[in-house]
Amino acid sequence: MRPSPALSQALDQTFSLAWRSLVQLRRNPWELGDYSFQPVLFLLLFVYIFGGAIAGSTDEYLTFMLPGIVVMNMMFVTVYIGHGLNTDLTRGYFDRLRAMPVARWAPLAGRILADLVKQGWSIVLLLGLGFLLGFRLETSIAGLFAMSALVLVFALAFSWLMILVGILARDPEHVQIFGFTALFPVTFVSNVFVPVDTLPHWLQGVVSANPVSVLTDACRGLLLGGPVLSPVLVSLAWSLAFVAVFLPLSLAALRRRLG
Amino acid sequence: MEEPAIQASGLVKHFGKTVAVDGVDLLIPRGRVLGLLGPNGAGKTTTVRMLATLTRPDAGTAQVSGYDIVDQAHEVRRRIGLTGQFASVDERLTGSENLFLIGRLLGFSRSDARTRAGELLRRFQLENAADRPTQGYSGGMRRRLDLAASLVGEPEILFLDEPSTGLDPRARRLLWSLVRELVADGVTVLLTTQYLDEADTLADEIVVIDHGKVIAAGTPEALKRRIGARTLLLGLVDAARMDQAESILSHIAGHAPTRQGERLGVNLSEHAMLPALVRALDEAGIEVDELVLKDPSLDEVFLALTGQPVVTEAEHEGTSR
Repeated sequence: MRPSPALSQALDQTFSLAWRSLVQLRRNPWELGDYSFQPVLFLLLFVYIFGGAIAGSTDEYLTFMLPGIVVMNMMFVTVYIGHGLNTDLTRGYFDRLRAMPVARWAPLAGRILADLVKQGWSIVLLLGLGFLLGFRLETSIAGLFAMSALVLVFALAFSWLMILVGILARDPEHVQIFGFTALFPVTFVSNVFVPVDTLPHWLQGVVSANPVSVLTDACRGLLLGGPVLSPVLVSLAWSLAFVAVFLPLSLAALRRRLG
Repeated sequence: MEEPAIQASGLVKHFGKTVAVDGVDLLIPRGRVLGLLGPNGAGKTTTVRMLATLTRPDAGTAQVSGYDIVDQAHEVRRRIGLTGQFASVDERLTGSENLFLIGRLLGFSRSDARTRAGELLRRFQLENAADRPTQGYSGGMRRRLDLAASLVGEPEILFLDEPSTGLDPRARRLLWSLVRELVADGVTVLLTTQYLDEADTLADEIVVIDHGKVIAAGTPEALKRRIGARTLLLGLVDAARMDQAESILSHIAGHAPTRQGERLGVNLSEHAMLPALVRALDEAGIEVDELVLKDPSLDEVFLALTGQPVVTEAEHEGTSR
């Protein structure tokens, strides 16, 4: 008698559930739009409307902003993991999975895996468009891959906060409202769109401490050169902190919600 | 003795200070249908959630197919199907994708999962909607898909939590006939419902539950007999002798019969009363051309047991969500 599914079976279940999250995208073009058209629109808007005013030329602004917009978009995409999880919890799908011989961790792992695919897609899309518009890689292909990997690691860690929100929220709409309302200030009060030294002095400390700024610095370093080690390590430390705090909280909240 | 499909003793579940389930015992032999009947909030769903391993009991034990619901939950899950009150299919997948996914999760190969999905869609009359997202399904279609999803793994025991809530009469009848087919195939069913006709139609045995406690149990017939008397309805050949018959009946029964159209109704408080009534009428030369014995309805049973009336058919239609 096996107490729980074998690991290989649990992995199969995780892949099946990840497949499910990705197939769902076909029926929800808005969500796909959030990963695709919205960041593209942001990129084009900022580069061609504000770029000249902020950086003197659109080319220079593109170079400055592209790493930041990849980071910003990553943050917004994580909202969907909370949204999807909450939908499953409130509509009874989670119960169906729990009443089946499915590994306890497979539903969450499946979501996270699907989320990484979505994140990867967004990164490729934004960088691809950036290159088309004239972005030039100043470091190396290795730098490009390291930057993508770092963004994915951070996404994975930050997702636990959205998973917690997804577990606690009353309905999927609240997850979205909370997610976007909280993320707008967090991503804008950062160095994504403007250099820190143009900000009022009192704001500079906050902006520099913001993990979004730290991660953006790391991405800039990996793509364009400049300091890398410190921002990468601080980004990883933030990732670790997110996991250390929000993973146990999420699991406790889930246990509580499921009774 | 063959091991029962479900055996529960003293199940208790609290939510905060509320006691949702307060010491429920159940015994369901294999291949039988047990109807768990009770009003909203009686503890039916919580009982099913405990037996389906979704919620741990605070006290008491239960075995499903011989496995403990807490210590051997995984073994239980391999043998049960659960169809919830709110159709838990993925709205953004098509009917066939939903069933395919369940098959894959249960360890079917791709082609086996696809074959099984096709079989079930045909059996549940969803073939034409197989490739449409379930978002666009009617309530009845969604419930059938939900039931189909519970059956992908050919469970020994099926939990149906309020299967026909919110369905129109035609969809209910279709669902009932599908459930009866499953029972004919040997599946054990635990059904919760607040609709008496549903319990009466499907269940071999009914357990009435209220405020988390079992307040009565038995076959639908036994339950009806236990509560309230049966009514004897008499039709006379000669309607002019109605008054005479009335006085004879009231003399024997000890109460005045009721007039129900052309017929007279007498409550039978004891079995011996029936032959006595017929004999007395015969001796008086009053010819009877109709004799009907009527069981009390389950509505009456429920009112007698719980002191509160049960949801009627008309309200039933109105509560669909």
